[in-house]
Amino acid sequence: MSGQAVLTGIHFINGDEACCEGALAAGCRFFAGYPITPATEIAEGMSRRLPEVGGIYIQMEDELAAMAAVLGGSWGGAKAMTSTSGPGFSLMMENIGLGACTETPCVVCNVQRAGPSTGLPTLVGQADMMQARWGSHGDYEIIAISPSSPQEMFDFTIKAFNLAEQYRVPVMIMADEVVGHMTERVLIPPAKGIKIVNRKKPSISPKKYMPYKPDSDYVTPMANFGDGYHMHVTGLTHDERGYPVMDSATQEQMISRLVKKIRNNAEKIIDYDAYHIENADVVVVAYGISARSAKRAVMDARENGIKAGFIKLNTVWPFPEKLFNELAGNVKAMIMAEINMGQMVLELERCAAGQCLVRLVSHAGGAIIKPRSILEAIQATLKESS
Amino acid sequence: MKYWRDPLDLGAIQVSKGRVIIIEGRCKGCEFCVTYCPRNVIQMSKAFNIKGYHFPEVVDESMCVNCHFCESLCPEFAIFSVAIPEKN
Amino acid sequence: MSAQRRKKKTSQPHPQDELLRTDRLPHIWCPGCGIGTAFSCVITAIKKSEIPLDDIAMVSGIGCTGRMAGYIKLDSFHTTHGRAIPFATGLKLAHPEGSVIVTSGDGDLLAIGGNHFIHAARRNIDLTVICVNNFNYGMTGGQQAPSTPFGAKTTTSPIGSPEQPFNFCALAAACGAVYVARWTALHIRRLTVSITEAMKKPGFSFVEILSPCPTSFGRRNRIRNPLELVQFYHERSVIRNNIDPQEAALDFNNNLVVGKFVDTERPTFLDSYRLINRRELGDWPALEPKVPIPDKQVSG
Repeated sequence: MSGQAVLTGIHFINGDEACCEGALAAGCRFFAGYPITPATEIAEGMSRRLPEVGGIYIQMEDELAAMAAVLGGSWGGAKAMTSTSGPGFSLMMENIGLGACTETPCVVCNVQRAGPSTGLPTLVGQADMMQARWGSHGDYEIIAISPSSPQEMFDFTIKAFNLAEQYRVPVMIMADEVVGHMTERVLIPPAKGIKIVNRKKPSISPKKYMPYKPDSDYVTPMANFGDGYHMHVTGLTHDERGYPVMDSATQEQMISRLVKKIRNNAEKIIDYDAYHIENADVVVVAYGISARSAKRAVMDARENGIKAGFIKLNTVWPFPEKLFNELAGNVKAMIMAEINMGQMVLELERCAAGQCLVRLVSHAGGAIIKPRSILEAIQATLKESS
Repeated sequence: MKYWRDPLDLGAIQVSKGRVIIIEGRCKGCEFCVTYCPRNVIQMSKAFNIKGYHFPEVVDESMCVNCHFCESLCPEFAIFSVAIPEKN
Repeated sequence: MSAQRRKKKTSQPHPQDELLRTDRLPHIWCPGCGIGTAFSCVITAIKKSEIPLDDIAMVSGIGCTGRMAGYIKLDSFHTTHGRAIPFATGLKLAHPEGSVIVTSGDGDLLAIGGNHFIHAARRNIDLTVICVNNFNYGMTGGQQAPSTPFGAKTTTSPIGSPEQPFNFCALAAACGAVYVARWTALHIRRLTVSITEAMKKPGFSFVEILSPCPTSFGRRNRIRNPLELVQFYHERSVIRNNIDPQEAALDFNNNLVVGKFVDTERPTFLDSYRLINRRELGDWPALEPKVPIPDKQVSG
């Protein structure tokens, strides 16, 4: 161990590199990955940085293996992560499901490019948002966050690890190609100033330990391999002992807890930034790189005398239902700006429940949304609503 | 035990003695133990266990030399042998 | 037999019970299946290895053999289909003090998981990989597997398999496994010794167990009786230790070659990772010969 984990100071680095530094600052000591544009710089950074701090980097044979190794690494006691983009994210889905089912804390950073299939490997997209939520088969809940700058790549990666450890769930960082490759000023605070959350460990004796018996927050204390708890961990439907039980009652018990663990803690998990929403007629909602275009457009609209507001989603899953349900009653319209043919706008529509107009500004990928497109959408939507 | 000639130290050798213990409820009746017992200590019982399988029973415990072969071979963890301490 | 006598007989626990989740017995394996015997040998080997039990983990994938992890009273992980080896790779690398055993069937390990198998062997990840080969996918009712002998019937090769099977041991050796052995489920003593040796061996060790699947494989191939099937494998087996596993292809008409084929040394992934990252080996191609490297690679 020769290197420092927390490179306190001001740096001029790209989003992918900021993600690496965030991971190391959060305590990540295991990375298994597979190179893919535009996330390769994260793997490259980790391969250089992890050995410096006594961690392990391994490049697996594919993303199926990468995700499986991340889960193994987490059960081995390490804070573990991987990074990928569209095609690799698809391959990881199987084991993301295993991670959700076995409640394995881990972080997956998806630097989104335009799809489907190989799509536009070097150009931006935001079309994996629903895949992040629903990509693996079966019912589960997930946490996903979306950074919009290299600074947020650093900050949100720490946040992702903290959420993963606190709620024992795979957490997705839904970045995008522009944020990943954009180079900006990144401030890394002193290690003491960084809040770190570690997984809850069992305090009772191994004989009494029930690996899936939850505390009041629906989260169960986690024993690692080697702690002497001799737990069984399975992707089959399991009871509180961790034993597979093939019946609908156990399925109900397990799934409802996996879901409640996130839904009932949603208010604690959800994070967003709001600008001028108090007296707004129209509110623009965006996340990731699109949030930066949206903010510009809202500022321009304000200069033109339009009462526009803006919400930047920092956590995208769980979706802030309550916020938008209440907001929809106070505004004329809400506009979602995203680089896909309409994904998170469906959530916005669901939460608005017909109380206000909901419109989409989008395109299919390959470039960011221009602030002018959003401004035009604001003007058009206001006209439509009056 | 029969030998083609008596070993010179026959009198000094103590052949270990074992007792076969059968956990009938675990047995699924594959007959591996009965077939491969080198000393024919056990045979299949005519009775059924709780799962409806025939299980092994001891025919002649005095034959058992505590070799543990049945114990290692049994796929069901249903049979094992323990040493009987020598009397002298 | 009287009820009284039966009661007396069950009072003592089975010697393997200390490592079994006895509250989950009986296990799911069919009567006459060899997996139970293989499992028993694994437990005996674990005890013989004298590795502290807290430091041993079992990782499995999906399938009949995959269920082993659910019955062993150790840290045990039942993962997704084919992904036991990469999961175990992560587990081992994050907790290098631990000893990780992968138990997996032929389909799980070498069809869906084939890519992971060859790369873990190439990297020489320190795992003990135990493959129970029953020549078909037993759990789903007997479909064709990468091990199904040419011409054998399965539910997805109803007339006979038109494919040539793998020789798993040759594949493992070719990919760089440091320990390779094959036994039938009846070779319990030799099998147990091999598993113990494999556990103690640093690096990727592979033990293949030819195991009867009377319910699915035997039934469709005219050897329905478990005893006949286990005897069929055993009688045709010929022990040839230390031969090139390329010569140990399974020939059901003549010999099923078993034995310990490979027992060698090679730096593990972690050994090399540490040395390289401490910059103790210098730069390629003139690496310091601190880690044994084949001559060919050095001379270029």
